[in-house]
Amino acid sequence: MTTEAPYTASELLAVMSARLLRDGQVVFAGVGIPLLAATLAQRLHGPGLTILFEGGTIGAYVEPGQLPPSTNEQRCTRRANMVLGSTDVLLLLQRGYVDVGFMGGAQIDQYGNLNSSFIGRPERPVTRLPGTGGGNDIASLTQMIVAMKHEKRRFVEQVDFVTSPGFLSGGDSRRTAGLAAGGMFRVVTDLGLLGFDEQSKRMNLLALHPGVNASEVQANTGFELLTAPDLPLTEAPTDNELAVLRHLDPDRLYTA
Amino acid sequence: MPLTYDELCRRTRERDRSLREKIMSLDEAAALVPDGAWVGIGGSTMSRTPMALVWALIRAGRRNVVCSRGISSSEGELLFASGASRHLITSWFSLGIVWGVSRIMRAYTESNRAIFEEWSHMAMGMRFRAGAMGVPFLPMRSMLGSDVIAQLPEAKAIDCPFTGEKLVLVPALNPDFALIHVQRCDAYGNAQIDGLPFMDLDLAMAASRVILTTERVVSNDQIRRRPDHTKIPFFAVDAVVEVPFGCAPHECYGVYEPLFEHLDRYANALKPDPEQGIRDYLERYFYEPKTWTEYLDRLGLAELLDAARRGKTIYDD
Repeated sequence: MTTEAPYTASELLAVMSARLLRDGQVVFAGVGIPLLAATLAQRLHGPGLTILFEGGTIGAYVEPGQLPPSTNEQRCTRRANMVLGSTDVLLLLQRGYVDVGFMGGAQIDQYGNLNSSFIGRPERPVTRLPGTGGGNDIASLTQMIVAMKHEKRRFVEQVDFVTSPGFLSGGDSRRTAGLAAGGMFRVVTDLGLLGFDEQSKRMNLLALHPGVNASEVQANTGFELLTAPDLPLTEAPTDNELAVLRHLDPDRLYTA
Repeated sequence: MPLTYDELCRRTRERDRSLREKIMSLDEAAALVPDGAWVGIGGSTMSRTPMALVWALIRAGRRNVVCSRGISSSEGELLFASGASRHLITSWFSLGIVWGVSRIMRAYTESNRAIFEEWSHMAMGMRFRAGAMGVPFLPMRSMLGSDVIAQLPEAKAIDCPFTGEKLVLVPALNPDFALIHVQRCDAYGNAQIDGLPFMDLDLAMAASRVILTTERVVSNDQIRRRPDHTKIPFFAVDAVVEVPFGCAPHECYGVYEPLFEHLDRYANALKPDPEQGIRDYLERYFYEPKTWTEYLDRLGLAELLDAARRGKTIYDD
């Protein structure tokens, strides 16, 4: 941010990614910003948005100030349509019932591959990260939205470890590997909105958030971003969006 | 490697599956599990964790237990730090979003003192399901093309003999023991689970033996009034232990939520020096208390009551 914004980077992420979700979709959300943004979308413009959690919830309706520590606790199920086993909810991805997978990431590369397992080599990691959880399943089986902070150390040319597959090495390599469905759709960051080139499957910059310019985004990216000459600007989070968001997360558990 | 079908059948045949009462103490149940056993842990992250059994195994000085669980949390840290386990098969291992990456998981895995064997969450589920079905593997469509599968020699990518499509075969996981906590069961082991079942039904049917802890032991009559709530049949169960607050400081659906303040204190105590912090924690909460009730006493009445109040709000607005 070049000027002081009346919202945090996490709040910006939550609002911008909530706007990508459409009423009537079935979204499989991870904990943190994805859970919060999906809930925000549900409250703002998507009363018919169906939220799934890997703990085994269909049709979640998370209550304000009652955010769960993961997607596996009872808070995830309040006023839901159904609870089922975690294997069975994950199998809904494989069966094709999920429109959008939505998660965060520690590290992403130019083809949208995500790493949440190892920084450094797996046999001698600098940092062992928590691992895939359902991330690999979600990214393997459905169209993905990823929300993450835009930092050079997170946006790298090649991830150290492909935990959750994007377009692998680009082109049709994802399909060749046997992943017939899904793929990266959007990456939402605190600087802008990104997508993927239809042919090469390389990440491209689609829009800039208020007060951000393209060279700033490039400077925070560890690979060359495809960029159109005239980039649209996103609309800043509205007072209403921020008010609902802060009502949902009053203790800033996810939006610190 | 999955068990052969002969071995799987032999293990089932040699169990006493008669209709009999199986109630025992926590210590007696822990004594069933030998060093080096393969143990599947029920629940997920901070929900319906069989904490009392983990507590009892650690207190009994168990070593080299190979653990598996859909998603792992602080119980995994305690198993590593106590030396009870050096090998955890799971999809995700940390505390929870608000507490950050597990310092104990990092310390033990980065120094190669323990193994965190990472499968996708669905792969863990399919492994237990194959085990429950009595087949050596199941096919699935995730993990292809990733480095997760590249780390797993036991997972096989194949071409489907029917369609020619690429599939991943994951091997059955038939743990020697399943440790599962439920809201209620009878003395025979007919177990009712409220709320999220996670992988526990498959885990129970996959395991060679099942040890249940339960918030309450109820009569068989009560079970029979709601057979639709029964999720694990008595003949799959080998031991029943009544342990109120048996998941604390984790949650038991509809009974109590996690003890968030305790977990905050636990996470903070591990920040300056994770290994010393968790040794002190183990001493204070696992080794010093003489009974589970004394352990609960150290967690504190105020926090237990608050967790129980929050837990019941799932049913009472």
